[in-house]
Amino acid sequence: MQLPDIQQTCQQLTADLQSLLQQRGIDNPLMVGIRTGGVWVADILHSQMTLEEPLFSVDISFYRDDFERHGLHPQVKGSELPESIEDRHIVLVDDVIMSGRTVRAAINELFDYGRPASIILVSLFDIGRRELPIQPDLCGARLALAEGQLIKLSGPQPLTVSLL
Amino acid sequence: MTTDPNQIQLTADGKLKHFLTIEGLSKELLTEILDTADSFISTQERAVKKVPLLRGKTVVNLFFENSTRTRSTFELAATRLSADILNLDISRSATAKGETLMDTLWNLEAMYSDMFVVRHADSGAAHFIAEHVTPNVAIINAGDGRHAHPTQAMLDMLTIRRHKGAIEGKVVAIVGDILHSRVARSQIHALNALGAAEVRVVGPATLLPRDIEALGCKAYYDFNLALRDCDVVIMLRLQKERMQNALLPSESEFFKLYGLTTEKLALAKPDAIVMHPGPINRGVEIESAVADGPQSVILNQVSYGIAVRMAVMAMAMSGQQASQQAAQQADDDAQGEASA
Repeated sequence: MQLPDIQQTCQQLTADLQSLLQQRGIDNPLMVGIRTGGVWVADILHSQMTLEEPLFSVDISFYRDDFERHGLHPQVKGSELPESIEDRHIVLVDDVIMSGRTVRAAINELFDYGRPASIILVSLFDIGRRELPIQPDLCGARLALAEGQLIKLSGPQPLTVSLL
Repeated sequence: MTTDPNQIQLTADGKLKHFLTIEGLSKELLTEILDTADSFISTQERAVKKVPLLRGKTVVNLFFENSTRTRSTFELAATRLSADILNLDISRSATAKGETLMDTLWNLEAMYSDMFVVRHADSGAAHFIAEHVTPNVAIINAGDGRHAHPTQAMLDMLTIRRHKGAIEGKVVAIVGDILHSRVARSQIHALNALGAAEVRVVGPATLLPRDIEALGCKAYYDFNLALRDCDVVIMLRLQKERMQNALLPSESEFFKLYGLTTEKLALAKPDAIVMHPGPINRGVEIESAVADGPQSVILNQVSYGIAVRMAVMAMAMSGQQASQQAAQQADDDAQGEASA
């Protein structure tokens, strides 16, 4: 299976994001990447746009729903978010959306920092297999993988994708 | 001690499942505790301080000995991990009515508790409990006799790391009643494992155990000499009952020789930090001007204590779950083989 070119996909995603923000009348969003891969993707999108504020990140380790099964992630990095996100428009970025559980955890965590005005979900790749009713607003590419197949992002420099 | 504590406190793949002692733990594991605690500090600075990690778990604070600070920080830590917490003041409960320790524990287990935080006057109490409770209950040692107080030592390590950048290469003096201090023992193990350049223990001969240097530290009777080139000065609380045992002439005599004053602190490095596990005896082991001065990080230690306890509780619970699953898997495999 031919995987899409990451640089091109990111460029397209940036253009789509800019027009969505314009359409919704949002001029100063907070961009937040989900650790680790989401931060790499967000970093590219952030650098291609002119946003007033730096890139922020969420680490969902303390919010996962599989703690009972897998325990604590050994390398918790912590979230870097502004003190309050009250009434802010947030662009939440992840690298790959699958079950939707990571996004659920990230949104839960964001709400512990305040009540955002809105959240736009951006994902570089969507590989389906959803377990929760969560869909990205923008997606770089939808990939139809064979059963049991997964993709892996490596980064941050250079950001590459491979089939597992 | 009947068995090696690390056989009990670690899972087969080296993860924490109880936290009984620092002795024998690797630099990597201690660093993982500090890193996790660092992440919890950031959650403590938010409007909503809770994270949902231990939601639905029950933590029992089992304090056979009085404590205000340790108990309340464990309580806050458990609450901020979303666990339910039960505080048991054992001295006023069933044990005082003649129930044995094991009966008390079995009753608590029957209430589906997931973790016991244990403070006990006898060395080895937490270890004993960890050996005898059912496999799924995590035990955290909140101080046992003269043996260990591992969460206090780890919060001290976190304090040093956050204020001095690293523990590697630092000269640290621990001052006061080393003989009766479980905190000092745990600190010495942690400082050595984490690569401190030199650990000095300072006090009168009556309060320095003769074999203390075997733990990997240097004994000093002269406080002035010990302060030279120090990056960190940790003062220990002088327990007043020691005077009655004639181990010390008087409080004022002790303060003259081993009390930390502004003049004495000037002998250490100019950017040295001053720590104390609390509660402090002003004018006995530390002068108010130092305790409240710019080099004191005593109150920061209290805040870091919550984060360290959150880290250890989350990691131990995580380890319990991992070993439970491994046991379940082994069980399933055995059944599969039997039916095959």
